[in-house]
Amino acid sequence: MFRSGLFATLIGTAFGLTTPLHAQSSVYIPAVLELSGAGAVSGTNFRDGMLLAIDEINAKGGILGRKIDAPLLDTQSDAGISRAQVQKVLDNNPYVILGPVFSGSVLVDMALTQQAEIPEIVGGEAAAITQKNDPYVFRTSFGQQFSMPKIANYIRDGVKAKSVAVIWVNNDFGKGGRDTFVKEMAARNIKVVADVSTESGQADFSADVVKINAANADAIFVYLNEEESARFLREAKKQGVKAPLIGETTLLGQKVIDLAQGAAEGVRGHVGLTVDAPIPAVQDFAERFKKRYNYVCDHNGIKGYTAVYIIKHVTEKIGKFDSRLFAQTLHGITITPDDEPGVLMEVTFDANGDLDRQSFLGEVVNGKQKIVEILPKLGK
Amino acid sequence: MASFIQLLISGLATGAIYALIAVGFTLLWQTSQTINFAQGEFVMLPAFFVLAAMNWGAPFWLAALIGIAAALVVLGLLFKLIVVDPMLRYGVLPLVISTIALSLLLKESVKDFYSAQAQAFPPLVPDADVHLFGAVVSTQSLVVLGVAIATVAALHLWLNKTRTGRSMQATAQNPALARILGIPVQRMVLYTFLVNAVLVAIASILISPIYLAKFTNGETLGTAAFIAAIIGGFNQVRGAILGGIILGVLDNLSAAYLSSQYRGAFPLLILIAVILCRPQGLLGRVEERTV
Repeated sequence: MFRSGLFATLIGTAFGLTTPLHAQSSVYIPAVLELSGAGAVSGTNFRDGMLLAIDEINAKGGILGRKIDAPLLDTQSDAGISRAQVQKVLDNNPYVILGPVFSGSVLVDMALTQQAEIPEIVGGEAAAITQKNDPYVFRTSFGQQFSMPKIANYIRDGVKAKSVAVIWVNNDFGKGGRDTFVKEMAARNIKVVADVSTESGQADFSADVVKINAANADAIFVYLNEEESARFLREAKKQGVKAPLIGETTLLGQKVIDLAQGAAEGVRGHVGLTVDAPIPAVQDFAERFKKRYNYVCDHNGIKGYTAVYIIKHVTEKIGKFDSRLFAQTLHGITITPDDEPGVLMEVTFDANGDLDRQSFLGEVVNGKQKIVEILPKLGK
Repeated sequence: MASFIQLLISGLATGAIYALIAVGFTLLWQTSQTINFAQGEFVMLPAFFVLAAMNWGAPFWLAALIGIAAALVVLGLLFKLIVVDPMLRYGVLPLVISTIALSLLLKESVKDFYSAQAQAFPPLVPDADVHLFGAVVSTQSLVVLGVAIATVAALHLWLNKTRTGRSMQATAQNPALARILGIPVQRMVLYTFLVNAVLVAIASILISPIYLAKFTNGETLGTAAFIAAIIGGFNQVRGAILGGIILGVLDNLSAAYLSSQYRGAFPLLILIAVILCRPQGLLGRVEERTV
């Protein structure tokens, strides 16, 4: 019985009958993303960047001769649905999973991928994601524990502020950023004189701006989602806020600048990924993205694009499709644009799945984001 | 004091929008026992009609008229004919579920056919600031407040001073008796849906310059207006107006003077208190039902 079963398996394997169809000619890398609901802007940007990279790679023969098969699964911007979708794709034995972007979704998904020993390359930025000793989760942008020290240094050395007000969005992304920022402020003896939480999707910021104005801080740190950032900026301008407004990528993006209709002028901050970066490879990518999709990509588009090329590079380095070996190899690796042009900028992964790369200080000038300084990798 | 005035005027402007939407809730409930859980999406959609018309080259004033006309057809006439009429005979619950499905359809359709990204929406008047007792109030907030008050006043006059308006009220109070009196009840019900469509279109044009036009806008607006209608009284138009104003002002004042972290909880606390102490709402009337 055993011998006949073994014989059948050997025969089946020889003819490729026991492996799923996608495993023969393609590699299964599903993407679990926020394609509808409140996170659709982030999710669709990530998706479009990702698909651009996949089409480029597949057009050149794929990875190790296999085309990328990347079905899209919608989390509906809901952590519970995201977990169910990840469970669903795990049943089909994926090589790597891409997404989600929302930190809250990543935090509930990652236990599943860790248990299945499948690497998950995510768009989430909450500090907690890489603090759980999960060897299978990897970022596509800075975690807050990497970006906040850069902002804190700028507030101390560039703005020379002694006190700061912070306004943040009350979700996993905002709370994680707020907690890390407050810790960094304490380490630099900068007093947090106002700490204002807001709701995701909030439209009226008059009460919040009244509170922040009353605090009389030397600088205001704004950590909201893009649309809320625009609404906040308009209200801040209306109420005549004088203190410098400092933020992260979500405050200085072109979409925020356009929606704020002049109220973003002079806003400054740290930008981890931007299509305005003075790097030819990034600008070339931005141009191709705009030509294909007819809109300007945000930082999530760069995350999606580079994630696929990171998978390609690491897989070609290890020479086979082995999920565990992939995760082991990605820890501690440095990939330069010379190694793989699709990563756009040199990137280094640490033992926790956090990444380090160059970043930028930006300022809004004449309705455009202007990069005023390139910040080196933290490890340099 | 200046801060208080600032918050009060801003809260009144938001509350006036909630009131417009909540009035639509109560009108539909009174005349056709329809609880429209797509009401928030009804407010979101006309802004995209306007933006689409502007993309085709129409000036803003013409695009706004096109938006209102499209809302009349899609959110008034077609909503009644395609969703409400076939479902109403099966009772309130199937209709409620249908409107929930409709809200998802509208939201995701706008995302797929227009954009997932928020869109800037032109204001009715150029953005400028007005100084009132030390507070800085935007002209937009004042225009929102003014237009909303004028709309509600016009609706009130129409309902009470015209023959059609009184017929609509009669239909709402007792459809059987209204029919005996020769009132074309079905036509009056249709008028109610059309009035609701105009109200949500006006609310959409007023609020989109502040909220920005986005496919998810309806979630917040629909919930807030529903709560406002229950607080004020689901069967009274003036109750819905009061509920909207209370909610808008309370949201701002509680965020500034109590806790911004728990601002979302205060309307719900008031809702619970009203349900416990005065279930018919602050200005609502008790309805008896034979079981």
